[in-house]
Amino acid sequence: MDGFTACLAKPYRLAAPPRCLKLLSDPQKTKNNKNALMIQFDNVNKRYESGQDALGRVSLEIDRAEMVFLTGHSGAGKSTLLKLLTAIERPTRGSIIVGGQNLNRLRNSQIPYYRRNLGIVFQNHQLLFDRSVFDNVALPLSVSGCSRREVGRRARAALDKVGLLHKEKQNPIVLSGGEQQRVGIARAVVNKPALLVADEPTGNLDPKLSEEIMGLFRQFNAVGTTVLIASHDLELIARMRQRVLTLQQGQLIYDGYPSREPAY
Amino acid sequence: MTDTQAVNQRTKPAANPPERSRAAGAVTARTGVGDRFSSWTNHHREMWRESWARFFASPMSSGMTALVIAIALALPAALQLGLTNFQKAVAGWDGQPQISVFLHKRARENAVQSFADDLRGDPLVAGVTYISPEQALAEFQQSSGLGDALLGMDSNPLPAVLLVRPRGSDTASLETLATRLRDSAMTDSVVLDMAWVQRLAQLTELGQRMSMGLALLLALGVLLVVVNSIRLHIESRRDEILVVKLVGATDAFVRRPFLYTGLVYGLVGGLIAWLLVSGGVWLLAGPISGLANLYGSGFRLDGPGFTYLIGLAGGAALLGLTGAWLAVARHISAIQPR
Repeated sequence: MDGFTACLAKPYRLAAPPRCLKLLSDPQKTKNNKNALMIQFDNVNKRYESGQDALGRVSLEIDRAEMVFLTGHSGAGKSTLLKLLTAIERPTRGSIIVGGQNLNRLRNSQIPYYRRNLGIVFQNHQLLFDRSVFDNVALPLSVSGCSRREVGRRARAALDKVGLLHKEKQNPIVLSGGEQQRVGIARAVVNKPALLVADEPTGNLDPKLSEEIMGLFRQFNAVGTTVLIASHDLELIARMRQRVLTLQQGQLIYDGYPSREPAY
Repeated sequence: MTDTQAVNQRTKPAANPPERSRAAGAVTARTGVGDRFSSWTNHHREMWRESWARFFASPMSSGMTALVIAIALALPAALQLGLTNFQKAVAGWDGQPQISVFLHKRARENAVQSFADDLRGDPLVAGVTYISPEQALAEFQQSSGLGDALLGMDSNPLPAVLLVRPRGSDTASLETLATRLRDSAMTDSVVLDMAWVQRLAQLTELGQRMSMGLALLLALGVLLVVVNSIRLHIESRRDEILVVKLVGATDAFVRRPFLYTGLVYGLVGGLIAWLLVSGGVWLLAGPISGLANLYGSGFRLDGPGFTYLIGLAGGAALLGLTGAWLAVARHISAIQPR
């Protein structure tokens, strides 16, 4: 059995990356002894042109396969941190290494390829209403140049994972808020990213739906995806019992595992 | 042990599954050059199809854009076609000067014949055509429509004419020949048809230049029309561009649909332009062939053939592509996720 048929014969597992994608987690690339690290911020400072310091000297490390919550009031620097991580912004000072890739050295032309290793979930899910649910989920794969067959297989598997395979032909506009967010998540995980970044994924959802969404993230984390979720839903975070990073005025003021209430 | 640490110990192992097979998968995660190429051509094919679908999805607005392009291109194309036809119509007279020697009314037929023979022997003369007064009358009646007026006259008012084709076309030898012809006793007057031939050539050249200038100007217009339409397309698909960039689309990928849209605009515009010119020719063909008949010429208007179709469609498609490229270069890099 050659490699390709073997790949087709294998049951769908999130841990298996698509053949059409290069992954951050290639151990050959991370020659230094920080193989276990997924994200490393070293004295990262971000100053916007207005002169405002959005992040000041933030250092943090997140291991592979960790699930971490990022909290803080609005304006504390959560969005800035996510923007740095997704290469939307570049740090003013300090270095950011994601999956062994130093983002400071990333050329503009390399950014698309870097982003193919990320899954990004947005608060307002950013779905395109001019195409079906399936096409929305398939977007990252078509962008990476996967073959049609591969795209169909992967996108359906991702939709199945979030329980929306039966709605693949519908327009996302007819779906409920929770379903739309699940489509957004399916799109984020369809390319088997090593790192899943979510910005207020439950921002507009009621507690029950939020719980469901968090359950999904937990499942992806369980198969080895590093998950970083920015949220200010402290109740929910407390229930999840995961590592929490708290930002305040651009400083990292808490990094740990809270029992009941995060310290702020 | 603090509370936090306690939680740490309790939850960490559960959330941290055993070393997974991700690394093993990653090593084989390579896409062959062949796969990449086929997906690249697939995307091109898809965008080609999609841009046609988009074109017909909003037929009013895209149709109007294509029509503007078509009209802008049809004008110079029609002018060019007119000039080509004009040149064809006057092809019989071009370049070669001809000297018309009008003979005295009283010159006798056989004297004229021997004069013509003398001229044929002249080294400066390439050929001589003799038109007798009767022939001239018949031709005049046929082509001028004034036959009835001539019938009312007692005698033929037209003189015999010798059409002399000189061997050389340089001014000096022509002048020498004209002087010699004028000096002959039988000659009434000599008309050297040089001036108007030259004027015709100059006018044709002027027309060529004007149509070229007009074509350039209108091509620029087409370019601006396309740039503007594509800019609007880009604006209306702004959200899509942002999302696609965030999931890892390269600039080339984002550009592609817009380039194809520009190409389609140009192509459709060029085809409509060709139809407009063809329609114009079809409308004019009747009157022009009538006019040509009246002048006793077998001239037929040439339509814009296959070459025009290829030229117009190809040129317009190229203009559309260039316009789209200009718009895309300016506007797509400006759309970055914030």
